[in-house]
Amino acid sequence: MTATKPMLLTVQGVTKAYPGVVANADVSFSVGVGEIHALLGENGAGKSTLVKMIYGLIKPDSGTMTLNGAPYAPTAPRAARGMGVGMVFQHFSLFEALNVAENVTLGMENPPPMRDLAGKIRQVSADYGLPLDPMRRVGDLSAGERQRVEIIRCLLQDPKLLIMDEPTSVLTPQEVEILFKTLRQLASEGTAILYISHKLEEIRTLCDAATILRRGRVVATCTPRDRTAREMAELMVGTVITPPERRARRQWPATAAALQVADLSVASPIQFGTSLKSISFSVAKGEILGVAGVAGNGQDELLLALSGELRSAPGMVQSFGVALGAQGPNPRRRVGFVSAPEDRLGHAAAPDMSLVENAFLTATIGERLTKSGFIDWPATRDFAERVIKSYDVRTPGPMVAARALSGGNLQKFVIGRELSQSPQVVLINQPTWGVDASAAAAIRQAILDRAAEGAAVVVISQDLDDLLEIADNFAVLNGGRLSVPRPVQGLTIDEIGLMMGGAHGMEVAHAHA
Amino acid sequence: MLTLEKRPTPSRLWGAATPVLAVLLTMGAGGILFALLGKDPFEAIRTIFWDPLFGEFAWYLRGQLLVKAGPLILIAIGLSLGFRAGIWNIGAEGQYIMGALFGASVGLAVFPTENRLIFPAMILAGAFGGWLWGMIPAILKAVFNTSEILVSLMLVYVAERILSKAALGFLRNPEGAGFPGSRNFAQYPAAANPELIAGTGMHWGVVAAFVAVIFAYVLLQRHILGFQIKLAGQAPRAARFHGINPAWMTVMCLGISGALAGLAGVFEVTGPAGQISIDFNVGYGFTAIIVAFLGRLNPVGILLAGLLMALTYIGGEMASTNLGLPSAAIQAFQGMLLFFLLAVDVLTNYRIRLFAKGVA
Repeated sequence: MTATKPMLLTVQGVTKAYPGVVANADVSFSVGVGEIHALLGENGAGKSTLVKMIYGLIKPDSGTMTLNGAPYAPTAPRAARGMGVGMVFQHFSLFEALNVAENVTLGMENPPPMRDLAGKIRQVSADYGLPLDPMRRVGDLSAGERQRVEIIRCLLQDPKLLIMDEPTSVLTPQEVEILFKTLRQLASEGTAILYISHKLEEIRTLCDAATILRRGRVVATCTPRDRTAREMAELMVGTVITPPERRARRQWPATAAALQVADLSVASPIQFGTSLKSISFSVAKGEILGVAGVAGNGQDELLLALSGELRSAPGMVQSFGVALGAQGPNPRRRVGFVSAPEDRLGHAAAPDMSLVENAFLTATIGERLTKSGFIDWPATRDFAERVIKSYDVRTPGPMVAARALSGGNLQKFVIGRELSQSPQVVLINQPTWGVDASAAAAIRQAILDRAAEGAAVVVISQDLDDLLEIADNFAVLNGGRLSVPRPVQGLTIDEIGLMMGGAHGMEVAHAHA
Repeated sequence: MLTLEKRPTPSRLWGAATPVLAVLLTMGAGGILFALLGKDPFEAIRTIFWDPLFGEFAWYLRGQLLVKAGPLILIAIGLSLGFRAGIWNIGAEGQYIMGALFGASVGLAVFPTENRLIFPAMILAGAFGGWLWGMIPAILKAVFNTSEILVSLMLVYVAERILSKAALGFLRNPEGAGFPGSRNFAQYPAAANPELIAGTGMHWGVVAAFVAVIFAYVLLQRHILGFQIKLAGQAPRAARFHGINPAWMTVMCLGISGALAGLAGVFEVTGPAGQISIDFNVGYGFTAIIVAFLGRLNPVGILLAGLLMALTYIGGEMASTNLGLPSAAIQAFQGMLLFFLLAVDVLTNYRIRLFAKGVA
């Protein structure tokens, strides 16, 4: 590609197949020294498989790689690290009960004494504008700070190639800016960065080159700055995307709020979770409230408290004037609540049960699927088939176990199951997590349709696009507190970023860097 | 190189085939064990599996099959519901003893009154006794989150102490010339649980076991409670999302399994055993755990597994008397059955792949 820079990593004809799916087919690309190279593709396009092979976590079935001109075939991450390849995962592998320095030690072959290490961590964090106290306990850190631990862990090994898997999904807009400064500084010092994302604007501002994957194949290589986001999106998806259509809001007769939350405070049932602190808001019929925030600021707890898995004082959660705070999930479903937790496999769906059984899981009451305690399996099957059909769930049939579905398909099934029950109140955490762009558009449209039919909707998401496209009002969850909801119209990204807590005291970080 | 690869969905074929495979492997390994002990392995296997059904004494032993299988099936059905929900009642033996004690106490208290309600009252008391003994670990788990495994197991030994106290003390036959053991229910028609059809071994306890099989089958296939039991065991977080209260689930499952074990106890003491004695319990409560797993926690499977286990018991006794095999060898043989079942069970969820080494 670029003749000016020497090549650092070359991947030639790499193929990896799993039973029933080819994750990577004949993938070739190369990354130059000091280049920020984007690996772009939808969920399931094969990005993660590809970088796991580069990091030595899995072995390709065929194909070759070269690093610095020498053959490169790492058998384990340790070998990859030894040859100067570091990786920051999307999901952090940190022990919350240990402090930063102890966590960094765990990844090292020959850890230096703790005091030297703490000094080194301080130095690297100062050099790259990533402030971090080596003695703080990881359990107390924000998601952005945890990411810094992972990055510094890699930087201490002085990598030539740094792989970053969806690094901005847990960051506020301001934190993203700081991360980009760090990455540009690393690149200018000669470190190549392989940057995985599906966020096009980010890639356009940051990356020098991009390789676009679709269904395991390289479909295009381009210079992101020369392309529009829309062009790249269509290369990535392979079709033209239609944005959801927002209908004019109907005026509903004034009643008590469909969902009223008053001074909701409840301790988190999750270890290292975030307790909810005097949260108040109300959602009217037909209204969509978007709740943004960086992961781990009480999103899971808020959904549990609204769905009834986590109980509070009776008056803290009300619907049309009825106090529901002390009720469990089923009494709430009886008054028209539906909810979709973030974790699909294990929480929203039972992995080893069929889709029919999983349809029964929450639609028991809404679809009246029992007669004096006995399950009406034919009716349940009909309901499951209806969800599969109307939400385009790709599955061999309704009797397939939930775990056999891909993440995106299961997400469509879970959302479809809830939205198909003619709900009064819809509660969704991360509606488009892991689904492709066209499915995300379909899910957003379905949520808008339910609202148009009069449902009150609360959407919790870390994806700002989700919220800005569909929400009427917008609030941010930060440290278990909810900001006062504001109308979406007229909000700027900067204002949203500040509502999200800015950059957690990092504004000064680059001043002296 | 062999590698295990997770199947996208559990294999139905292997789900049905693994118990058969486990029995065959047990026969093979057991045969080697018997050969090492200097016995003819083929004769030993034939004595255990064939002779009780078709041998010289089959006319008697076939009846014994139902006598032994009845309590095993009844207890295993109760245990399987809890196991499916992830609630591990290991103390069915104790609940079995307490059921027998409660039931027998009611009968002995009214001796020698003749009334048609006495036997049903004893049955209810037996179920209550087992339920009560199951409630101890249930409530401790629900309130203090103690391990039901340890508590229920330890309560077996408590129940055994109470049993010997009863046999030597408060339930001892006043006309028994000081020998330990209660009055024999065979001589008390109002409280007896006799063979219903002579020579078959069929008594009310066996009937209750069959009813329990049907009941459990319908519960698991069609009833919301069965769905909730399966859900709680497979995906606890999804179960809470569905709206199940884990404490309630614990109380219910330990209650059902305790009550069924208690029933088995009272049917046994009024029928085949006849009286409360120091060595009244013979390990049905523990063997039922093997039966439950051998039957894949499936009611029909448990019915077949109970019969198979009863067969190895009877055949095992024959082998130890006729061939002089040590009883420890028979117990090892029965243990192998569970061992091999759990070992080949992996094939239901995984497939074995052969990989040539050295793929780049």
